[in-house]
Amino acid sequence: MWNYEKRLQFPVNIKEPNAKLAQVIISQFGGPDGELAASMRYLSQRYAMPYREVAGLLTDIGTEELAHMEMVSAIVHQLTRNLSMEEIEKSGFATYYVDHTIGVWPTAAAGIPFNACEFQVKGDPITDLTEDLAAEQKARSTYENILRLIKEPDVCEPIKFLREREVVHFQRFGEANREDCSKSKHTQYNH
Amino acid sequence: MGNKEQLYHDIGIVSFVLTELSLYLDTHPTDRNAIEYFNHYNRIRHQMIKEFSMKYFPLTLDLAESNKEWRWGDAPLPWEGVCA
Repeated sequence: MWNYEKRLQFPVNIKEPNAKLAQVIISQFGGPDGELAASMRYLSQRYAMPYREVAGLLTDIGTEELAHMEMVSAIVHQLTRNLSMEEIEKSGFATYYVDHTIGVWPTAAAGIPFNACEFQVKGDPITDLTEDLAAEQKARSTYENILRLIKEPDVCEPIKFLREREVVHFQRFGEANREDCSKSKHTQYNH
Repeated sequence: MGNKEQLYHDIGIVSFVLTELSLYLDTHPTDRNAIEYFNHYNRIRHQMIKEFSMKYFPLTLDLAESNKEWRWGDAPLPWEGVCA
């Protein structure tokens, strides 16, 4: 069960549309290390997680990833609204535009559509938490690549915020993966 | 920044504090200082989102009680980038 709150986790107010930037940033929506994969990874891993506090962490981080997915989508939306046909043709956006107009559809920057194979649910707590640690680092690297490609401050600020959250989530998953957090409180429940 | 924008902005800050504290507490459930911080900011956030929802537009469904017109559907959408 979820409740919706009508605000973004961090403000996104982009003044100038820019289809070139949108085509790169959309990877953090539907790409291999994007926020759609992140949220589905953690929320799907919860059911086989035998430690209640770790399943709780997966719920809370998975929920924050949904808010990040909304932020990335908002960035792409604001970068592609009010584009002229000339800009669409000039920026290389026409190949996306032909199928989706200016709707926001989950895809990697190179055009590969979102695929559930971009994340794993192994049903083994150590395997899943180790995947989660790697996922946070991959997302951090991707945000750093985006920051090397863009300079516009109104786009960089929310991207920097998202990058920092990957670092915090990595820290929390590391703590969850330690024996003293996940195994000492005897909250393991029966399947 | 007007009152509306200021309050909206402050709600974002306080809410972020709570998100950060909740993840920390998920892996440090006995840290009493963090629990006190959480309780403190949680009360402040409740007051702020209630005040904002009464004056401007409902931020959550449980703050969307309406009279003549349904207020929930009328609110701006967060990705419009207007009130932030």
